[in-house]
Amino acid sequence: MSSEKDNVDPHSGVETTGHSWDGIQELNNPLPRWWLYVWYITIVISIVYMVLMPAIPALPGMGTNTTGLRNQSDRDNVAIEMGKLDAARQVKAEDLLKASLQDIEQDRDLQQFSLAMGESLFESNCATCHGTGGRGAKGYPVLADDIWLWDGTLSGIETTLHHGIRHTSDELTRNSAMPRFGRDKLLSSAEIDDLVQYVLNFSGRSDSQAAVQRGQSLFASQCAVCHGDGGKGNRTIGAPNLTDEDWLYGGEEADIYTTIFNARNSHMPAWTDRLDDASIKALAVYVHSLGGGE
Amino acid sequence: MTRITLDTSHKPGASPPPHPDLYAKRRQIYPKLAHGKFRTVKWAVMAVTLAVYYIVPWIRWNRGPGIPNQAVLADFESEKLYFFFIEIWPQEAYYLAGLLILAALSLFLVTSLLGRVWCGYACPQTVWTDLYVWVERAFEGDRAARMRLDHAPMSFNKLWRKAGKHIVWLVIAFWTGGAFVLYWHDAPTVAKGWFTGEAPLSAYWFAGILTFTTYFLAGTMREQVCTYMCPWPRIQAALTDEHALNVTYRYDRGEPRGPKRKSEGWEGRGDCVDCNQCVQVCPVGIDIRNGSQLECIHCALCIDACDEMMLRVERPTGLIAYDTDVAVAARAKGVPVPKYRLIRSRTVLYAVLIALIGSLMIFGLLTKSTLEMNVIKDRSPPFVRLSGGDIQNGYTLKLVNKSTEARRMTISIEGAPDAEMKIIGLESGSRKQFEVPVAAYGVDRYRVLVVVPKTEDIQQITFRVTDNATGESDSNRVAFRSGN
Repeated sequence: MSSEKDNVDPHSGVETTGHSWDGIQELNNPLPRWWLYVWYITIVISIVYMVLMPAIPALPGMGTNTTGLRNQSDRDNVAIEMGKLDAARQVKAEDLLKASLQDIEQDRDLQQFSLAMGESLFESNCATCHGTGGRGAKGYPVLADDIWLWDGTLSGIETTLHHGIRHTSDELTRNSAMPRFGRDKLLSSAEIDDLVQYVLNFSGRSDSQAAVQRGQSLFASQCAVCHGDGGKGNRTIGAPNLTDEDWLYGGEEADIYTTIFNARNSHMPAWTDRLDDASIKALAVYVHSLGGGE
Repeated sequence: MTRITLDTSHKPGASPPPHPDLYAKRRQIYPKLAHGKFRTVKWAVMAVTLAVYYIVPWIRWNRGPGIPNQAVLADFESEKLYFFFIEIWPQEAYYLAGLLILAALSLFLVTSLLGRVWCGYACPQTVWTDLYVWVERAFEGDRAARMRLDHAPMSFNKLWRKAGKHIVWLVIAFWTGGAFVLYWHDAPTVAKGWFTGEAPLSAYWFAGILTFTTYFLAGTMREQVCTYMCPWPRIQAALTDEHALNVTYRYDRGEPRGPKRKSEGWEGRGDCVDCNQCVQVCPVGIDIRNGSQLECIHCALCIDACDEMMLRVERPTGLIAYDTDVAVAARAKGVPVPKYRLIRSRTVLYAVLIALIGSLMIFGLLTKSTLEMNVIKDRSPPFVRLSGGDIQNGYTLKLVNKSTEARRMTISIEGAPDAEMKIIGLESGSRKQFEVPVAAYGVDRYRVLVVVPKTEDIQQITFRVTDNATGESDSNRVAFRSGN
């Protein structure tokens, strides 16, 4: 640093930092006093904060982070709030448990409560697969239409929710299994082609009457046990109706071929472990209201 | 105001100039008490507006069982707004928009007629500042005494006067904040709960905020709010014109001004004796003789002060008066003074707009039905194809029953002859119409599914709800999606 006199800007009389860029010098002005005070205040606040609140994370060998004098814990606070919410809900939940599903749906008050509760439960638990409002997706049934693989009544929906579908650890789960005709070499590729034509013929979409003729006996021997002679399905065992316009896994020729070749046996978890009985009742009422409840 | 000028002519090498003071300190204003008709009007307006503010929440209004009995209440819990016989539901929030538009237009109209009278008399900042200055005067005396006290060293006399003033200010501020809270809950309940600690936390919180702002704005900020914070002086210029009445110094009569001895005559000089009374009473600290200024709130206290002086020197009053720019200019030129024009394009426009919107709102209020239906269409899924190929859309109907009696209503659909509907929770089956109960004084929700045969191409349907007893009805046209 050169002598102090050289470091004084002649225009303002203010000392400079001594650095020069293309002849431009930086004035060494002091910080604004208010700015400095605000900074001091924030330092004081941060110290007070560190003493009162959990502030320093656990370092190696320290065990746990500092808890602070106020013992503040967001986790505990959330638990307390959730507890309050549960307690408030408990009153209504008891009413739900006492009433039959039909009564819940007829009772204006309980119905509104169940629809509100069911909607939030549905959005957080079911919508991942079934879509918001039960709009469904390929392989995940639409819950807003009137097509039900198993049972679309209030109690049917409740049973499905309780035990799931093909849920391995629930003995009462809804269960059915379609054989893997192609993969397990039960049928040849040509035979499956004939079956596809026969199935397409239910909705008048077959392009080979000869194949349909050949497929008829195959269907009678292999498929009719579950899907019925006319392909109308059987809801007691969850066998889909093959004659309507609704296809869970797609209704095109290739889709049907894949279905027969590999079989499709999707799963839905049993919700008894995750949701209490009142929640399942509310969910059943909500799903029933989506559009296709029977 | 002090204007800062930076000297840029400084030569290099010369000794540096002193740092300019970039932030001028506020000049304390000590408004003197004025006497006269405008001061009287201001006292009256203050009394009325403050009384309205503090008393209104206590007025009771019997609305029947289960409904708040407070005449003016913004009830957030039940989402309703009560104003004497008027009751506004959330579905009618447009009345509030209308009210705001009316308020704005009224302000425009008054400004185009009388300049900033709102600022001078009715603005809350003016009213509370005036009240605070009154308290200040009670403790510290009038202008000269206050100035003396401020410059005197600390003494017991100074201490108790200052402390007393601030205590009374705080009490008023607290009372103001407390009264505000009463507009949002049942006033007696909140007032009682306040002292027993049962009032909601938000009540304490908002009363605290209002206490602080009242004390701060009316006590210490005063005219700085009008000059620096309020947007109105900036907008006002666009609303007023040379025909608007403004507090005006009639320089054509006043100049040349100067002090006058009793012995001297009035020939060859103006009426202004330069007594400075108009400056001393001014609450914003300006000299009106410098012409129309941004700071002026048109409170006319300078008129009172000047008139008093004119009477004393036996000249006609009205050297400072509510006058128009055109009149002053005409007198200065010696041409006949034009009559004040009440009817101008802008005043007519504002008046017509006010009349139009006002009558629309009154019509709306008078023909307000006690029954309203809102329809929310399901958006996920937008439509559902049923097994038979028919198209189903889901809707949520919100039936608003504003009467205090439970009613039975019929829901039907129009615009799709073959459509049928189903209401969740009612006896099963599809039909063209359903009869539903609607609870008293509230909103009932119904979930409705509408099925239209695939053969029918429908884009819209109309829901209608009809009160079975009175025949009152409301309808709502909504989209029907079929994926086509």
